[in-house]
Amino acid sequence: MSTQLVWLAVLMAAATYPWRAVPLLVPAVHRLPRAAQEYLRLVGPAVLAALAAVNAMVAIDSTRHPSLHVGIEWPAIALCVLIVAARRGLLLGLVAAAGLAALARALGLA
Amino acid sequence: MTESSGRQRSVPMDVDASRRRLRIDGLGIIASTSGAGFVYGLAARAAGFSPIEASSMSVIVFAGASQFAAIGFVLGGFSWLGVVLLTAFLNARHALYSAALAPYLVDQPRLLRAALAHVLTDESFALSIAHFRRIGRADLPGYWWAAIVTVFIPWNLATLAGVLIGGQIPDPSRFGLDVIFPAAMAGLAVGLVTGRRELTAALAGAISGVAVGLAWDPAAGILAGGLLGPVVGLATPRRPREDPPEAFIVFGPTPPGESDGTVPG
Repeated sequence: MSTQLVWLAVLMAAATYPWRAVPLLVPAVHRLPRAAQEYLRLVGPAVLAALAAVNAMVAIDSTRHPSLHVGIEWPAIALCVLIVAARRGLLLGLVAAAGLAALARALGLA
Repeated sequence: MTESSGRQRSVPMDVDASRRRLRIDGLGIIASTSGAGFVYGLAARAAGFSPIEASSMSVIVFAGASQFAAIGFVLGGFSWLGVVLLTAFLNARHALYSAALAPYLVDQPRLLRAALAHVLTDESFALSIAHFRRIGRADLPGYWWAAIVTVFIPWNLATLAGVLIGGQIPDPSRFGLDVIFPAAMAGLAVGLVTGRRELTAALAGAISGVAVGLAWDPAAGILAGGLLGPVVGLATPRRPREDPPEAFIVFGPTPPGESDGTVPG
């Protein structure tokens, strides 16, 4: 059984871990200026919204060329957002989103 | 991170109640992670990865997007240097997660923080930052639950299943599992919106992310959204009665017996 790519995994991890660790390990991050702390507080909603939007709206081909993607993901995510915003819980929102996508695909609508 | 007096202060949620919410929210993430991990295992198998190679990626790298990309680039005959550089680029957004969590974890031993960092992913960040903000402080059992039980274990088991028995199981997208990840990220973002600034940051992050993603690359779009969204949010004035930064967030109805007085967004 081939194990050659295990070394590639080690190198990929070496390229990933510093991003994850350095800010956590930098001393005195809690003594950042107030504006910087407020900025970091806003990173959560911004990056999660970006992740959702890019994942649903940007498709890439085999050469990583991006293009606009329009599909059942849009209404499915919107449904989840509405359910969470109505304080019905994330899990229910996810079940509804997956159900809508599965139903649309089963009916040949997506 | 304190605000001036005169604003309504929020009472942090009880830790046990917040952990219950974390576990329930995590169920959807487990389904999403399992589906994606399974597809990754399938793709790795199709690309000729051995089970050890596919699993080592999931254990050691533990970053889905770059693992998928690596399959494509290995198939395309890219040099390892190119794959490693692409991995660094794709995973740069983790620095934002790490920086956002750092103020909560600053009192933890350095070695422990180094261990926490390895399991920091999109999903574990989303769940744990929401949990920390609900209770107004760090909670290591909550973090480990979000990172290990909700993401690491399902991702690795699903990878193994995909690479070993993949061809015998139907496509997860038939069941809508591919929609769960973006829906979960959007839902968790909604949960973090406690005021005008957060809403602006989220909208700006989404718009700039898609714009840069279309113009250049999706990974660059996510990074741009995470960097630019907060800038736009900071430029937005708070309403006088908005909650202070420590405001916790609530997904779904407030558990019985809790009186918080906090209403998201």
